[in-house]
Amino acid sequence: MTEFAIQTENLTKHFGRGKDVVHAVEGLSLEIRPGEVFGLLGPNGAGKTTTIRMLSALIGISAGRAVVAGHELGKEDMDVRRKVGILTETPGMYDQLSAERNLAFFAALYDVKDIPGQVEKYLRMLGLWARRDDEVGEFSKGMRQKLAIARALLHEPPVLFLDEPTSGLDPEAARLVRDFIAELGREGRTLILCTHNLDEADRLCDRVAVFKTSLLALDTPANLRSQLFGRTVVFHLAQPGPQFVEPLKANAFVHSVEALDNKLVVTLDDPEAHNPALIRRLVEAGAEIRFVGEVRRSLEDVYLRLIQKEDRHD
Amino acid sequence: MTKIWTMIRKEWAEVFKNKFVLFSVAFMPLLFTAIPLGVLYSMRGATAAEALGLSEVPAEMTALCGDLAGAECAQFMIVSQFLMLFLLMPVIIPVTIASYSIVGEKRTRTLEPLLAAPISTLELLAGKALGAAIPAVAVTWGAYIIFMVGTILITGSPALTTLLLKPLWLLAMVVVGPLLSVAAVSMAVMVSSRVNDPRVAEQVSALVMLPVLGLFMAQTAGFIQLNQGFVLWLALILAVIDAGLLALAIQLFQRETILTRWK
Repeated sequence: MTEFAIQTENLTKHFGRGKDVVHAVEGLSLEIRPGEVFGLLGPNGAGKTTTIRMLSALIGISAGRAVVAGHELGKEDMDVRRKVGILTETPGMYDQLSAERNLAFFAALYDVKDIPGQVEKYLRMLGLWARRDDEVGEFSKGMRQKLAIARALLHEPPVLFLDEPTSGLDPEAARLVRDFIAELGREGRTLILCTHNLDEADRLCDRVAVFKTSLLALDTPANLRSQLFGRTVVFHLAQPGPQFVEPLKANAFVHSVEALDNKLVVTLDDPEAHNPALIRRLVEAGAEIRFVGEVRRSLEDVYLRLIQKEDRHD
Repeated sequence: MTKIWTMIRKEWAEVFKNKFVLFSVAFMPLLFTAIPLGVLYSMRGATAAEALGLSEVPAEMTALCGDLAGAECAQFMIVSQFLMLFLLMPVIIPVTIASYSIVGEKRTRTLEPLLAAPISTLELLAGKALGAAIPAVAVTWGAYIIFMVGTILITGSPALTTLLLKPLWLLAMVVVGPLLSVAAVSMAVMVSSRVNDPRVAEQVSALVMLPVLGLFMAQTAGFIQLNQGFVLWLALILAVIDAGLLALAIQLFQRETILTRWK
């Protein structure tokens, strides 16, 4: 269990005892590669924050096993804490201390060698250097969030947990934070992003895990879209489409065809391979094709389908 | 040790920006020093019986005074009573700081990032406790020195000064005071980690003053008389209590419970 940045086997967390027991996380098995940007998606109460807290050695595990940055949870918790950075759901800074003092305090707790250097590096990187002497209580929410990100990075952790990094931020601040996260991903750090912002997850994450107490799906956003919805191609025609439905349905690789005015909406698995054949077929049948495009399903569509399926199952 | 010191410096940087805390740390020592010095000043030139408001000085009191006679004996008795206040100071002063220590972190949402850092529970709690106890002890010692100098200047009695500098009071100030302070802050930090409201923490923690107040009352009423043996025993018992309280505080400081039950 060492080639992965994070590996869990049946990771489980229960709170309480007896009939009051709450099953927060149930049998979660994950393998996250070094340098991967990994999204944890799920509704409120799904166990995302609990998972992050377990993996950052903030709370214990009830069952299962997990190795984070080469150290086993429950046995080497102090080592795990040294190797991970965490951006908690709320920034939590000391309001009466300056930005610089806040970071210097945490840098000392993490045994950072060059505290002034590291503090300056991240304050500059996040555009807070000019405000370093100001009390954090005077900072906007976006500035506090940026400062909390700086705090999580001071000790250069190879694994970084980000719990709702853009929650409650205005669009400009959210964009700034998102760009910074993308930059961190390019640096080769392993990032675990816990978010309700599915567009953000779609843009930033290499893979996502959708879960509600237990794992519902795990793959790249593109693969999840393809698995759940297939791929949808739209043919824009010069004439009404209904007459061309049957010729297209005759192809075995086509899952469904729907005519909407001058458009034909076709679902199939591999448009790159099969579009030329469909175009030939349509032309042979007398269609005049003006434009061909793909309908891109959002990660939100994927997420909602998975959660609704799980709700029906429950 | 480094992390405990880091924790202490953070605590000081944070709490001493609070004017109310600064006031509470400075006001009581000033008051507890000024009152006995004022009383001593008003007693100048009086006989022992006049100073104590008695028709004659009791024989037990005369025995305690040793070589001191007349007004000096009365001054010594008064000073001895007030010296107990200097043992109350290291208990009362740090409670405000210590009782806010953990619950304050909960309220500002800094507890989670703090617990995520590689700091042990012992380092965290020791930092919190010492961050509150050290200023209290320092201020107490400062006030005690001012009191001694003031007493010498007001009474001008070398014999009285010698008696006040005897091992009993030095032991009480140098050993019992800090031990009492550690007991008070350990209790306050423990309570602070178990409640959500700083007011509750302060109220419950204030209960730790009761035994010292009881001691003060017992001495004033003449039920006990502080002597070197008593103070030595007190120091030993307090050392055991301190160790027990710190161990209990660590035991009760359940990171998971604090994080998950507190919203």
